[in-house]
Amino acid sequence: MDYFAQQLINGLVLGSIYGLIAIGYTMVYGIVGMINFAHGDIFMIGGFIAMISFLVLVSLGLTAIPLILLIVLLVSMVITALYGWTIERIAYRPLRHSFRLAPMLSAIGMSFVLTNFSQVSQGARVKPVPPIITGGYTLHEGSEGFAVQLSNIQIVVVLATIVLLALFTWLVSRTRLGRDMRACEQDQTMAALLGVDVDRTISMTFVIGAALAAVAGMMYLLYYGLVDFFMGFVAGIKAFTAAVLGGIGSLPGAMLGGLAIGLIETFWSAYFSVEYKDVAAFSILIVVLIFMPTGLLGRPEVEKV
Amino acid sequence: MSATSARPSHAAQPSGSAFILKKALISAAVALVLFSLMIGIRTEAGPQGGLIYWTRFGDLAALVGTVFGGSIIIELLRQWWGPVDKEHIVPKPVQAAMSFAGRWLAPALLVFAFLVPVIFYNQRYILDLSILVLTYVMLGWGLNVVVGLAGLLDLGYVAFYAVGAYSYALLATNFGLSFWVCLPLAGILAAFWGVLLGFPVLRLRGDYLAIVTLAFGEIIRLVIINWQSLTGGPNGVSGIPRPTLFGIPLDNSDDGLAAKLGIDFSPTHRIVFLFYLILAMALLTNWVTIRLRRLPIGRAWEALREDEVACRALGINVTTTKLTAFATGAMFGGFAGAFFATRQGFISPESFTFQESALVLAIVVLGGMGSQLGVALAALTMIGGFELFRGFDQYRMLVFGIAMVLLMIWRPRGLIGHRAPTVFLERNQAISSDLVKEGHG
Repeated sequence: MDYFAQQLINGLVLGSIYGLIAIGYTMVYGIVGMINFAHGDIFMIGGFIAMISFLVLVSLGLTAIPLILLIVLLVSMVITALYGWTIERIAYRPLRHSFRLAPMLSAIGMSFVLTNFSQVSQGARVKPVPPIITGGYTLHEGSEGFAVQLSNIQIVVVLATIVLLALFTWLVSRTRLGRDMRACEQDQTMAALLGVDVDRTISMTFVIGAALAAVAGMMYLLYYGLVDFFMGFVAGIKAFTAAVLGGIGSLPGAMLGGLAIGLIETFWSAYFSVEYKDVAAFSILIVVLIFMPTGLLGRPEVEKV
Repeated sequence: MSATSARPSHAAQPSGSAFILKKALISAAVALVLFSLMIGIRTEAGPQGGLIYWTRFGDLAALVGTVFGGSIIIELLRQWWGPVDKEHIVPKPVQAAMSFAGRWLAPALLVFAFLVPVIFYNQRYILDLSILVLTYVMLGWGLNVVVGLAGLLDLGYVAFYAVGAYSYALLATNFGLSFWVCLPLAGILAAFWGVLLGFPVLRLRGDYLAIVTLAFGEIIRLVIINWQSLTGGPNGVSGIPRPTLFGIPLDNSDDGLAAKLGIDFSPTHRIVFLFYLILAMALLTNWVTIRLRRLPIGRAWEALREDEVACRALGINVTTTKLTAFATGAMFGGFAGAFFATRQGFISPESFTFQESALVLAIVVLGGMGSQLGVALAALTMIGGFELFRGFDQYRMLVFGIAMVLLMIWRPRGLIGHRAPTVFLERNQAISSDLVKEGHG
């Protein structure tokens, strides 16, 4: 039971990170109708920028951990958001009225660009970071000497996710920008006719998605203590699986799917085999799409001629 | 591209040097922020395990300057060329020359391909490179069936390549079967996996299909890595037998081909043999595809690519159409995989990453999705281009990615060929407007 509880905690933390990335996929898919294949790499860039800014701040002599974390968070969100904006501007906007597969192929190209850009600019080796947030609590001391641990970093990851999710839900449901986004999702032409700046709204969608991915990247950095240039690919596919599982286009669905994928992956590694955990995640994607193409919370897609 | 596309026409854009300068300054500012940390600061794991960093502000300044200059140049080019989708009138003599070249290019290339081992007999490097190019031509033609003809975006094509390669490698090393027995088996096994993949994705369209095929490709690769007892895991399979000329080995033994013909043995014989082998396999792929296009199934593929709903309305069985496309494409991938295994003599999961899938897909897209000649030229361009970057391995994929994005922006329908339906009406028919209204459900 203790082992189970520990895996549950680990799974929820991992799921929170996946959920944050999945929101970016689901938002872009909802509005533009394309899979932003490069989103996983945006997450990776976010992790890198957090790592570099952390390093610079520490070497500048800053010692207050909360202040460092706040600055790192802001810097990585801003710069990564600009990455999201630039990519949309360069690689996707010119293709908005092109044929169906063009944006997808362009996104694959962009994903290669980002992966190899960070490999070329920062080297191929894994970048380790010393633990920044340490300590934790022992929740339950088991009889066989196994203790259920809840570390502070896990609390930070889950709390940050909850706060961001609340903020984001408020943004989509209560603000002007959120209303524009929902309008564009339903009908771009009509929204444009009613005075919604469609280009700007789509740009903002990418910016917000990238900022959330940056937070996920920073959390990943804090939690696992490392970044490398290739981490975006697998994390991206898993987050996309989460978005599909939750029902693509649905924001709570993305979070729910993220948690589900995180839990499944953790339990699979704990009880079956670590080697096949990625296979498990990918198989779920295929199974979900066969039996439940609309996901848990998605709306059925109407086929238009 | 027709002049009357639904794309909204570009409004008259402001021009003038002030505008260009402003745009370039904005681009440079964006580049400065983007690259500030990623380029300006280089991190590395230090000797004690901690991170160290050093600054590279010179590189950063150079890069931002490049963006500034490049932005000015691009803006000037854009004003000179006009909107991207504008039709440009090609002068008559150029048109005539191009149609002449178009008619004679394919036969000329074919003759040249046959003569390559004769011309470059002593240049091992060129022979190896041409074998590589032909392998990708074959893969491109195989994937072309799925992507170019049937319009199903397959991001996991390398899975079938892997299935073919491992089928041959395992059958040959474990049971001692010869290449010629294994080649059809590899194709059949790959086609079987193609159908297996085809079933779940039947209901999916476009992007979903792409992601599922990608996941499938990754699953195959991960299983190969982890199923160590069968596949040798990351160490791969080595000692794969070389192909024989119908039982006659191409080595310097007493019953080798050279001894039988009474000529001096040279290792080049095997390379030349491999070259003609892959050339024959590629041409077979091409021939089968061309023939299939004229059969009802080929036309059903093309119809499926153009409009799936209309296809169903016309009574075409979408299930079998998709499955045959997957199976045919996969089979050719399997053949190519078996060839790859026998040529290398060693295979490992590293050869079957997503990058390979993307490369083959890029070849098909660059070739114009559906044009056979286009795919061949694209394979030549891509693999040749990769060779140019031999010394700069780390920049290779970066340039590849940039090229893919630019290609999509500039010529989304492909650089060389174009996809035209095999059959079409000779004259335009007027259709009443109430027939083309958007349907509901």
